[in-house]
Amino acid sequence: MQIIACVKRVPTTDAAVSVTPDGKGLVTDGLPYMISFYDEIALEQAVQTKEALGGEVTVLSLGPASGSKEIRECLAKGGDKAVVLTDDEWMTRDARATAKALVAEIEAQGADVVFMGKVATDRDNASVGPMVATYLGWACVTDVVALELGEGGGTAKVETEAGLETLEFSLPAVITTGKGLNEPRYAGLKGIMAAKKKPLEEKTPELEANQAMVASLAPPPPRKEGRLVSDVNELIDALRNEAQVL
Amino acid sequence: MTTLVVFIEHTGGSARRSSLEALGAAQAAGATCIAVLTGPGADGVAGNIPAAKAVILTGGEAYSPDQVAAGVAEVVRAQGAGGFLAAASSLGRDLAPRVAAHLDATLFSDCTAITTEGDELRVTRSWLAGKVIATLTPTGEFFCATTRLNVFPAAEGSCTEVGEHPLGGEARVRVTAIEAAGEAKLDVAEAPVVVAGGRGLGSPEGFQIVEALADAFGNAAVGASRAVVDAGWRPHSEQVGQTGKVVSPQLYIAIGISGAIQHLAGMRTSGTIVAINKDPDAPIFKVADYGLVADAFEVVPQLTEAVRAIKSQS
Ligand SMILES: Cc1cc2nc3c(=O)[nH]c(=O)nc-3n(C[C@H](O)[C@H](O)[C@H](O)COP(=O)(O)OP(=O)(O)OC[C@H]3O[C@@H](n4cnc5c(N)ncnc54)[C@H](O)[C@@H]3O)c2cc1C
Ligand SMILES: Nc1ncnc2c1ncn2[C@@H]1O[C@H](COP(=O)(O)O)[C@@H](O)[C@H]1O
Repeated sequence: MQIIACVKRVPTTDAAVSVTPDGKGLVTDGLPYMISFYDEIALEQAVQTKEALGGEVTVLSLGPASGSKEIRECLAKGGDKAVVLTDDEWMTRDARATAKALVAEIEAQGADVVFMGKVATDRDNASVGPMVATYLGWACVTDVVALELGEGGGTAKVETEAGLETLEFSLPAVITTGKGLNEPRYAGLKGIMAAKKKPLEEKTPELEANQAMVASLAPPPPRKEGRLVSDVNELIDALRNEAQVL
Repeated sequence: MTTLVVFIEHTGGSARRSSLEALGAAQAAGATCIAVLTGPGADGVAGNIPAAKAVILTGGEAYSPDQVAAGVAEVVRAQGAGGFLAAASSLGRDLAPRVAAHLDATLFSDCTAITTEGDELRVTRSWLAGKVIATLTPTGEFFCATTRLNVFPAAEGSCTEVGEHPLGGEARVRVTAIEAAGEAKLDVAEAPVVVAGGRGLGSPEGFQIVEALADAFGNAAVGASRAVVDAGWRPHSEQVGQTGKVVSPQLYIAIGISGAIQHLAGMRTSGTIVAINKDPDAPIFKVADYGLVADAFEVVPQLTEAVRAIKSQS
């Protein structure tokens, strides 16, 4: 089975970020990066799928040429080869342009199943997976928490407001991974050594223009100064008479 | 502004509040709205939707997101609309990017404001789970967006014209079963009140005091920090934060939660925040409107009694 795992390099979740003085961009100097939390789950699912059904896992990322450290880590965790579509503006690329660049490479590689995160924890778009599937004309299931995959199709479970849904889908498919689907493995020493010899190819993608312009970026508005209350009575009084939420 | 097509989810014979909020957002931005809805019972709901017109997507058997997305995009084009809106609910988040791709448009997800400045649209959304607030100007031919739950006022009224549009195409994905969530159980992202617990509760049993307080409110959902979800005390669906759900209830009560940056990201836009923690230096107090430095097991049952007494009077 040809398996692709799409991973994005994002600032770490505990990174403090600040806005540039012109209010249009983020200060990126010294920003620490990681592979997006859900993409680790996507990669793990790709590797487990290969272990169960055979085949090959390609790690695919649109990102900076300098980001190969994180991509090597994905190879150490079980990816067989990697393709980096180099784009120094990857962080500001909109969901559509990102999806279209990935689609071109997925078509060139050929795949039976593509795993992606349900959301990248930088722009919080939660869009690229279903967009890629729609452009490809493939099935797509999103935010999957349990999965059975066989030849030709599979069954996925998804948590929704209505309850736990079961979905049936055909292959080829894009599957976006939710928390709880698996426990991503750590890279062992053997994996790290092996990763050094695995192919990592850089390509220059064709990129479409964004369909959005930044008007302004700002830190979140500060919350109104709060206060300590001394007991439950004072709290109830504040909730009723000041906040009026009770 | 132009015409926008708004996808309306419905349950038990009425539109979901989150969908009416999406409609409210579009109307407040000056758009004329066309509601689209689908599934069993859609015809009973359509006339009660406060839109200029309602279009029912007919003919699909089980709900299939790819069929419905293609159908919605067809309605956008057929009605000459300028775009598409849905609530950022689980269904909306799954559907909207597909509709956007059919229209070759990008998607503005989980918007917290949609305004017009002169002729220009402006949308506000959060990046990095709320560490940065981005105001963006859409420049594409179609404007597609989802709206964060509990942020926009719900639209009110009814509609007079109801039309139909047949669903076609291949269903590559179908919902084949739904294990309903517990009766009247509110999702943490939807509930107007969230009572959230963390590791400070000590054990899964410790959450009984959290559940009792949520019960006393009647309209509350239980939320959880990642620490307790990872420990298996609470289900993933309740996790609040950067890798859980982003919530914006009127009232958020954090009990035994320290307030890590990833947790704050998921709840800092809540209306009123109450923190109960025995450590006066816990970072959660920095975002709280009201902080109570106390042992949760002492004060939460008292709070529950007081809330129950107030609710039984009203
Ligand atoms: C990639 C990544 C993503 C993450 N995503 C999320 C996320 O989405 N959501 C999230 O919540 N976290 C997330 N985290 C984890 C986060 O960093 C914290 O570890 C977590 O939020 C801590 O949970 P907690 O507050 O319940 O536990 P702790 O930090 O252990 O805090 C427990 C608190 O309870 C208090 N306490 C103890 N006993 C009592 C008592 N009897 N009465 C009152 N108070 C008491 C203590 O004073 C303490 O403040 C993420 C971390 C990473 C690395
Ligand atoms: N630049 C990128 N490179 C590779 N995969 C990406 C990229 N951007 C998004 N993705 C994939 O799409 C998922 C959803 O991203 P998003 O729609 O941006 O939240 C991510 O979890 C990745 O799997």
